[in-house]
Amino acid sequence: MSGRVRLWLLLGAAVAVVVLAVTLASGRGSDGGTLDDRVQDVASGLRCPVCQNLSVADSPSALAREMRSEIASRLDAGDTPEEVRGFFVERYGEWVLLAPTREGLNLLPWLVPVAGLLLGVGVWAMLVRRRWPPETEAPTSAERRRIQAELDALEEPG
Amino acid sequence: MRLDAPERPETREADAPRRSRWRTVVLVSVPLAAFALLLATSLGRDPRALPSELVGEPAPVFALPNLEGGGTVDMADLRGRVVVVNFWASWCQECRDEHPALDAAWDRYRERGVVVVGVLFEDTVEDGLAFADELATDWPLVDDPGSRTAIAYGVFGVPETFVISPDGIVTAKRVGPVDYTWLTTEIEDALRTPEAA
Repeated sequence: MSGRVRLWLLLGAAVAVVVLAVTLASGRGSDGGTLDDRVQDVASGLRCPVCQNLSVADSPSALAREMRSEIASRLDAGDTPEEVRGFFVERYGEWVLLAPTREGLNLLPWLVPVAGLLLGVGVWAMLVRRRWPPETEAPTSAERRRIQAELDALEEPG
Repeated sequence: MRLDAPERPETREADAPRRSRWRTVVLVSVPLAAFALLLATSLGRDPRALPSELVGEPAPVFALPNLEGGGTVDMADLRGRVVVVNFWASWCQECRDEHPALDAAWDRYRERGVVVVGVLFEDTVEDGLAFADELATDWPLVDDPGSRTAIAYGVFGVPETFVISPDGIVTAKRVGPVDYTWLTTEIEDALRTPEAA
């Protein structure tokens, strides 16, 4: 197996791993399940206002506990998780969302890694191509002329 | 003998390294410039600055029990008046610091129908009452069981103060201790709204 084929196989394997990981990750955290699960799901996406970098789900603070019960009573009353998030955004602003909404400039955190990955693959492919040039290369016309001259010289009895 | 290999177009030998040097310059400088731009636009922002939601929006209504027991303070009864809603706690030093300003504003504007309501935040009723006694607070104080009103107002911590116009719209919000100038300015503004009779 040539080095090049092996490298392309490696690239294929890397892409497969990424695709698999993304698929598995997106399968998790879907709503449904018990009320507790749904509260946990919403709470883990909200920032605790009285903490540093803790979600409402993870914070032991009294306010976070009360926010969890607020989430529970709203879900119980039939609000969708989206409506419950909206309730908190209206009061605390986008600040309260641990992941920004996917629109406008906020899309950058999602797009930049993908763009980076594509750029990396491009650069990598470029380097591979430069390192392993095609094994046989046609001569340029200058080389051609030189070879022809040398052939001619060989044929002429010196 | 004739050479019959296919022909490859001629390139100048010197071109290749020059082009790759340019490519390196672009690949390094473009992301660097983008990063510098990001820093230039974001570094000036205060990371602890909190958003002021609710300003310009209808104030969440509440009916909360008096701290001393007996009766409630109902926002519905306060329609048509300027209301200053102040979230506070006995364990909060800045609430102590801002107390004189609230007291002075309350004294100055109560005849004009302005109401100050102190909403206790994450505190026990006993501690809240002790604090109020110590500082001789004489505006209505209410308890907020389960912090439901604090959450409805999007309170991050205490003290936090909201000024509500007579038509029930939040006209100003202050995170952290208020001073007398801020209070008088905002109360005067709210008093000028059409529904203030």
